Amino acid sequence: MIELESPQLEEKVTCFHCGEPCAEESRVFDSKHFCCQGCQTVYQVFSENGLTDYYTMDQRPGISLKGVADEGQYTFLEHPDIQQKLLDFHSETLSRLRFFIPAIHCSSCIWLLENLYRLHSGIKEVRVNFGKREASVSFHPGQITLRQVAELLHSIGYSPNIHLAHGEKQKKISQRIGMKIGVAGFAFGNIMLLSFPEYLGIEDMSEGLAQVFSYLNIVLALPVLLYCSQDYFRSAWKSLKQRFVNIDVPIAIGILVLFFRSTYEIISHTGAGYMDSLAGLLFFLLIGRWFQSRTYESLSFDRDYKSYFPLAVTRLRAGQEETVPVQELVAGDEILIRSQEIIPADAVLLSESASIDYSFVTGESDLQQMKKGDYLYAGGRQVGRRVGMLVQKPTNHSYLTGLWNHEAFGKPHEQKSRRTIDKISRHFTVVILSIALGAGVFWALVDSTNIWQTVTAVLIVACPCALAMSTPFTNGNVLRVLGRHGLYLKNADVVERMAEVDMLVFDKTGTITLPDGGQVKFVGEATTDELGVMGQLAANSTHPLSKKIHRLTGSLSTMKSVKKFSEIPGQGIEAWVEGREYRIGSSAFVTGRYAEGAEGTTRVYVAIDGENRGHFEVEAAFREGLEDLLDKLSGNYQWMVVSGDNEADKASLEKLFPENTPMLFNRKPEQKLKLIEDLQKEGHKVMMLGDGLNDAGALKISHVGFAVSDDTSAFSPACDGILYGPQLYRLDRFLAMAKGGRKVLLSSFGLSFLYNVVGLSFAVAAKLTPLFAAVLMPLSSITIVTFATVSVHLMGKTKKL
Amino acid sequence: MSVIVLLIGISLVVAVGFLLAFLWAMRSGQYDDTSTPQRRMLFDNKTARPKKEENKQEEDKEEK
Repeated sequence: MIELESPQLEEKVTCFHCGEPCAEESRVFDSKHFCCQGCQTVYQVFSENGLTDYYTMDQRPGISLKGVADEGQYTFLEHPDIQQKLLDFHSETLSRLRFFIPAIHCSSCIWLLENLYRLHSGIKEVRVNFGKREASVSFHPGQITLRQVAELLHSIGYSPNIHLAHGEKQKKISQRIGMKIGVAGFAFGNIMLLSFPEYLGIEDMSEGLAQVFSYLNIVLALPVLLYCSQDYFRSAWKSLKQRFVNIDVPIAIGILVLFFRSTYEIISHTGAGYMDSLAGLLFFLLIGRWFQSRTYESLSFDRDYKSYFPLAVTRLRAGQEETVPVQELVAGDEILIRSQEIIPADAVLLSESASIDYSFVTGESDLQQMKKGDYLYAGGRQVGRRVGMLVQKPTNHSYLTGLWNHEAFGKPHEQKSRRTIDKISRHFTVVILSIALGAGVFWALVDSTNIWQTVTAVLIVACPCALAMSTPFTNGNVLRVLGRHGLYLKNADVVERMAEVDMLVFDKTGTITLPDGGQVKFVGEATTDELGVMGQLAANSTHPLSKKIHRLTGSLSTMKSVKKFSEIPGQGIEAWVEGREYRIGSSAFVTGRYAEGAEGTTRVYVAIDGENRGHFEVEAAFREGLEDLLDKLSGNYQWMVVSGDNEADKASLEKLFPENTPMLFNRKPEQKLKLIEDLQKEGHKVMMLGDGLNDAGALKISHVGFAVSDDTSAFSPACDGILYGPQLYRLDRFLAMAKGGRKVLLSSFGLSFLYNVVGLSFAVAAKLTPLFAAVLMPLSSITIVTFATVSVHLMGKTKKL
Repeated sequence: MSVIVLLIGISLVVAVGFLLAFLWAMRSGQYDDTSTPQRRMLFDNKTARPKKEENKQEEDKEEK
């Protein structure tokens, strides 16, 4: 009897290409070790084309080709409609488009991709944008098709991600802001220069010269008013139309009053005007906006559910296979679904059998066996052979879109709970307007020549520039600190909502448990040789359990020749090795009997030549640091566990979680959604932590919904943030950070109010000189920016983030 | 003192020139990607893309 415990034998040789440990049977080519055929082929291609510098440029550049789906997935790129959506530029001799390639991770990647033309002469130029992980590829459509480009990238490990949403071309928002900053900065500097005599109080300047300077100031301020301020006017107008006062309303009022009062003063020769303050105000405001957009750019989020669906499917019409976009499917179409493809619409199975992975929808990881004529719901994933099916309902009526189209999706939280800044700004505007009115009335009684001057001065100095910058800089910096530790938030509002959370709901699969990992052991009788064969066989299967078995026994393998290998999806593996029949899989498949494993474990049975030899016991593994995390969270938060899976892991979960933790199993997505809804009705602010699509509704409806993902480049569903799985244990610190961010935000509000009080007291007393305004307004902005940035980063340090 | 008006006029022209240069740079996408060039410059010269010029011209033609 042999017992093997994981973790298994030490790593010895690592693959030259991908750096992963090689099994003992590793391939040697060109006196270098490779872990698999895929890696070796890539190396061969590179060395034949003089691209071996790839390996010396940076550490560990190669990308493992294990678990990569077959190339047929790019056939849809042949469809002209799809090509048109994706291509940025197209002509007879040149096409260009941007691919999003999540695998880009180092300098070598940039170098290799930009030298792609050496691999195929049809490729003209590749430019990589490292920050966005994008490659802009120009190619000759006559020499290489779009599909071939995608397949070429795929074959060297840089599989492009292509989604419909990606096809919709982005607008260059940050570019526009940059240009506006340039114009505002230009105006700011030059107006200050021309205002120098004014600042220095030079009185004996000739009247004519002073006039020239003032008129020049108006000219310089015009583009600031007409071009740079557009966004604020637009936003203010939009919010007024919705009978709501946002922060941009007082800003827009301030801008208008600044410009028109200054113009009036200059034309009527009564003063020098406040043009410098106006340009400075816009300059700083726009910098704040730019900072905000930079922060979000790196967290490109896509809430569009279209992104989950495949772009196109293979349709069978009159015996001919053709590729059509998903939207064009109609009831009655016959479609072919390959292994790992998502069923795009509700359909009836035409093939004899299929095994569908509904983990996307139900969270249940077991494959469901379907027979001919069974009804298949959209969102399932076919595993195994290619199957045919008959579409029943077009895509947008099906069950999944129904779930995604739940009103929670259409009406984001932002609408329900207004941001703190907007709440404040509503009162702020009212208060400012009444102060202006009060001051006006006062001066009407005392000295009527001062009315106009005072009222406008109040509106100018009260312009909530500093207030408007508090939020983007505080929350933006919090976002950056969190992002550095694997929590990527959709926007800054999430920070504010995180601070309000009082209840945590954990999903089980993929959130608390690790998608891979966990104890595996073999219980039974088998020689080392036989275990090695099992490892070798398991390597051929993509099933999660097979992967675990391969990790345990793969190193014992001596690479025997395998005959008649077949994998029956959802059942097991059958193969002949050296004249002996191996069967590995479920008990029903291997022993013909149905048997249940011990609690908390899954069993994989093994039989050789029909003789039962024992089983592998696979335990569910929990993420590290969970107990610690719960310990730190206790007292401040309540929590519960909700799972779409069965109760197999209940016992181990009970060990992990403190007593009295509510645990719910076998919950469907709608039930999870309902649960969250009910909890929120009871007054809880719920944070939902789930792994993916099956929680989409719950994630969306919760106060804060995080998708816990082990591959941040993989797309996550409608949620407020993506939490990198291994960082889950830091959740308490993330929450503390959000609360701290709130404190910093309130302090910056306090600071900017202080500035406003000082400025207002001068304005009300009719003593606001242009010079004073020109100093006070930028100073307040700079203080706020510095304060918010420094204090958030200090807080991050003290919280060990 | 009227010379100062002339000088200020000239200085503004120069400043506007720089502003236009900046706007052009921004529009032509020179600020779009600030992280890749710092890595790209470390690559050896032999990796320079010889086809770039020709490619650019072709593209310009097409766009016209």
